Amino acid sequence: MIHVDRDRCVGAGMCALTAPAVFTQDDDGFSEVIPGREDGGGDPMVKEALRACPVQAITLAAAGDQP
Amino acid sequence: MPESIQTHPRNTVPDANPIPFPQDRSCPYHPPTGYAPLREAAPLTRVTLFDGRRVWLVTGYAAARELLADQRLSTDREHEGFPVQSERLAQVRNRGVALLGVDDPKHNIQRRMLIPSFSVKRIAALRPRIQETVDRLLDAMVDQGPPAELVNAFALPVPSMVICALLGVPYADHEFFEEQSRRLLRGPGAEDIQDARDELDAYFHRLIDHKRREPGDGLLDELVHQRLASGAVDREELVSLATILLVAGHETTANMISLGTFTLLQHPDRLAELRTGMGEGQPLMAAAVEELLRYLSIADGLMRVAKEDIEVGGETVRAGDGVVFSTSLVNRDGTAYEAPEELDWHRSTRHHLAFGFGIHQCLGQNLARAEIEIALRSLFERLPRLRLAMPAEDIPFKPGDTIQGMLELPVTW
Repeated sequence: MIHVDRDRCVGAGMCALTAPAVFTQDDDGFSEVIPGREDGGGDPMVKEALRACPVQAITLAAAGDQP
Repeated sequence: MPESIQTHPRNTVPDANPIPFPQDRSCPYHPPTGYAPLREAAPLTRVTLFDGRRVWLVTGYAAARELLADQRLSTDREHEGFPVQSERLAQVRNRGVALLGVDDPKHNIQRRMLIPSFSVKRIAALRPRIQETVDRLLDAMVDQGPPAELVNAFALPVPSMVICALLGVPYADHEFFEEQSRRLLRGPGAEDIQDARDELDAYFHRLIDHKRREPGDGLLDELVHQRLASGAVDREELVSLATILLVAGHETTANMISLGTFTLLQHPDRLAELRTGMGEGQPLMAAAVEELLRYLSIADGLMRVAKEDIEVGGETVRAGDGVVFSTSLVNRDGTAYEAPEELDWHRSTRHHLAFGFGIHQCLGQNLARAEIEIALRSLFERLPRLRLAMPAEDIPFKPGDTIQGMLELPVTW
């Protein structure tokens, strides 16, 4: 499961730019996972988006893990 | 982790031969040749600032990513240990700078007021307006030329008009604030910086008063009527934020457009390839912009001060030490990029640090990407025979202690 920590997010938009099929930004400028794409949909760019985030706000946990 | 502290760490350049930082570039799109020994001392080494102070210079990519994200490094301009890179900046160091000159939690509060206006979606919605601006400026250039001086005819007015529209600053005042921005960033004297800040402060105080009476639809209007009215931001802070947004919003992108154009003209094979695939929505153009950002690294010398001891790359950065990031060296680290000296958009340029990293990573980066992409694509499409109007080596460019770019760019077509 992909999770964006809103408290860490600084709205750089790197995830939405890198993996637009999985990430978007809400009206406040914070990144969020597009509903239904929490599993990443097999998009290889998710990993790139994780690395691109300047504040490590995105985490990836195997399905079933407790947050 | 070794307990001992090395007095002469292996990566330290001997004191007898201090390498000054910053230095002027000898070619506007390459790091200064005088930085060559610094690269061999990666990931960090010592350099000497204008005042003789020794500071750390980070040149390695991995170390830069790690340290720029480390909040034990402060960007507080009012911290007594904050490094300054020129005499003229030393004179004005006691004046606070919003956003990029403050740490969390203050930075976080300021940034969160601004991020909705710079989101990927909001910038995408601005693209038609950027295109219109670019087309209008190119029309005017074609009407009057050839030749043309590209900095003043195109590279500067594109981002200047766009940031004015975004903020709600009247473009009619552009000569005033472009001049003040120039003095703020390049002096030449300390009094220029002081005076430019006073002028911009007074200008924004007047503009805020005006906006209170006659609301417009820019970001500043929103801040005045929501954040200032509610007390979330005070007037001084708002003026400081407005100054940063206006100055950062046009100076940096203008340099990328002028230096990007110069660099492409000096790489005719690369430019020829780009022309075949530069149409709107073509991935090649976006990749070229990203590679140019890496290659040119125009904001070369990001400053921090350590608030605590930090172990990095086998060295100990002590609390109070100055830490400087050379983005031009970091973005040409051979361990991060293959053949880093080559301008090559077929590589994966993603993850370059031209916009910085960590909480202060450039707020306007997606606006900058859109502006640079639209400006360069439209310029080369409209003027397929564009070329320099004087020998490349005679064209003046900016000194090392400011944002890198062309001072002038005489072109013909």
